[in-house]
Amino acid sequence: MISGAEIMVKCLEAEGVKVVFGYPGAAICPFYDKIYDSEIRHILVRQEQNAAHAASGYSRCSGKPGVCVATSGPGATNLITGIATAYTDSIPMIAITGQVRTDLLGRDVFQEADITGACEPFVKHSYLVSKTEDLPRVFKEAFHIASTGRKGPVLIDIPIDIQTNEIESFEYPGEVNIIGYKPNTKGHAVQVKRAIAAIEKSKRPVIVAGGGVLSSGIKPKFQSFADKTRIPVISTMMGIGVMPSEHELYLGMLGTHGKKVANMALHEADLVIVCGARLGDRAVASPHQMSENTTVIHIDIDPAEIGKNVKTEIPIVGDMKNVLNMLNENIGDIKAPEDWTETVVRWKSEYYQEPPVFDGYVEPRTLVSHLSAMFRSKAILVADVGQNQIWCANNFRIREGRFLTTGGMGTMGYSIPAAVGAKFARPSRDVIVICGDGSFQMSMNELATIAGNKLGIKIIIMRNSRLGMVRELQDMHYNKRHSATILQGDPDFLKIAEAYGIDHAEANSNAEAEEIIKGIVNSDKPFILVCNVYPDTPSI
Amino acid sequence: MQYTLSILVENQAGVLSKISGLFSRRGFNIDSLAVGVTNNPGVSRITIVANGDEYVVEQLEKQLNKVIPVIKVKRLNEGEFISRELILIKVHCAASKRAEIIKTAEIMQAKIVDVAPSCVTVEYSETADRVNTLIDLLKPYGIREIVRTGTIAIDRGTASVSV
Repeated sequence: MISGAEIMVKCLEAEGVKVVFGYPGAAICPFYDKIYDSEIRHILVRQEQNAAHAASGYSRCSGKPGVCVATSGPGATNLITGIATAYTDSIPMIAITGQVRTDLLGRDVFQEADITGACEPFVKHSYLVSKTEDLPRVFKEAFHIASTGRKGPVLIDIPIDIQTNEIESFEYPGEVNIIGYKPNTKGHAVQVKRAIAAIEKSKRPVIVAGGGVLSSGIKPKFQSFADKTRIPVISTMMGIGVMPSEHELYLGMLGTHGKKVANMALHEADLVIVCGARLGDRAVASPHQMSENTTVIHIDIDPAEIGKNVKTEIPIVGDMKNVLNMLNENIGDIKAPEDWTETVVRWKSEYYQEPPVFDGYVEPRTLVSHLSAMFRSKAILVADVGQNQIWCANNFRIREGRFLTTGGMGTMGYSIPAAVGAKFARPSRDVIVICGDGSFQMSMNELATIAGNKLGIKIIIMRNSRLGMVRELQDMHYNKRHSATILQGDPDFLKIAEAYGIDHAEANSNAEAEEIIKGIVNSDKPFILVCNVYPDTPSI
Repeated sequence: MQYTLSILVENQAGVLSKISGLFSRRGFNIDSLAVGVTNNPGVSRITIVANGDEYVVEQLEKQLNKVIPVIKVKRLNEGEFISRELILIKVHCAASKRAEIIKTAEIMQAKIVDVAPSCVTVEYSETADRVNTLIDLLKPYGIREIVRTGTIAIDRGTASVSV
């Protein structure tokens, strides 16, 4: 005989799960009792939302679904923001929650919450398991759904009696058969042909690359397509890292907080090839940003994204990997006109401006732009949300590493737990967090997870004692009335670091900050660097 | 623009809320909704009638297709399908008016299914338009209660929406 809880652990093992992030509670105790004996590492976070962000960071760096676990009621509801963040960013994740006994469901007993109901708009799919026998199938389906098609979080809610009930034997299904779920991954040959004809005809083509390029794991092929065709590349926030920032053809991030050059190229273009991006409102504020005669080719795994935000002439539904292969095979010698490419590339240097320096402060944009060179080339930079996110998105000179941030949901407090996940996925890589003093305080409780697991994450806090991005909005649109955006009562972050036993330092100039960073790059210990930033430093 | 969607779904708990949620989350109203099992006991059909422009309908079709237990979604083309609603109308009916009401029901090809001293109950299965006509005809007598199903619809000819 085998219990449901044992089956849950065996399912995770069968899926090759090495680490899960979670927080226990009464309704998930049977599972915790079994995972205690398993080879799977359980990482105790300090709040459930951070378990979801950690699973998300793990997923993005490992390419496998991250797993987070919480108990029923408040444990489960605390997960929601993390699940929603993963959903908008299309990150594969499995969220496992305990639930009250099946016979008590719906009776509002202690720590009961309808979590499948509450999560409905934020999950790709969810299960409320009603029979122990169903567990293997549910887990198999959940991992399949999360990691195929347009990736996303799947929730499995498991009442405690389903975990304790025993059944005869355990067998993990070899395959799944979900009648209504057959994502179309192969691009349509006729549409690809039309796309190639449009590229050939185009005088001013650009590529807009999104997170889909990264999640289908085809960076090299994508780069070779751009190199071969000499088409300039713009990225969305989620697409940062599709090419090294210093690549000649790479223009930077588009959008309201993006690079001027990228937005200019998008506006001038007569053909936009959108690759794995949904072009949300922060990327393309209005369709008018593109000229009326622009032809749009939109390649995406999710048919619902095509034509949702911008009018599309040539839709190609499919996995970027397959579609790009088809394009690479059929593109021949077609190239973007050299004068267009040259013009756009020239804009890059013409519009570059060194940010001004304020004495006694760290200039965050300059620091971020120097950061990559100080760390190893595969470094993972995790940015939080606020001005720090824009400073990082526009200035981090990514090489072979990753840039993790939440582009869709924009969840403050994301960076520290996501970095925890990233470090577990890629222990040998440098993992750097950049956050503001606001976002740091949203998840600084995770310093315990970092200290407890001796994770060599380097945290850089850009301290301006402001909620800088909102303050900037207030400057522009609310008559400079700084309602609730001046941080008062902040703790001494160095003492916080001290309390967790984490090495730390403070910098008041770029030279000082860089000197400190150079001293810690080769250490495998965590570090907190507090950079004092001039409060009126703009985002862009 | 009014449109009719025929949706085949896996017969499992929570599907209906997933689907109705897609509409309500986007602020769209559903005019009518009907659910019933198909010839395959594992598969149910949901018929939805709603309003929206072409962009809205296309988005909804795509979003519905993304719901995992949804097997198939088809927008039925205007004029190419047969639709029905079932209605039960309890009408106030003094003895003196009974013959008149029965005559009206006969003309409309509706059925009297229950008679009481002061009221009759009429059963009618027709398109939404015809059902509305019958309601209008019976209104002057005093309607006590209306029970009405959502629209169900099926393609004309050999076309079908099946697994």
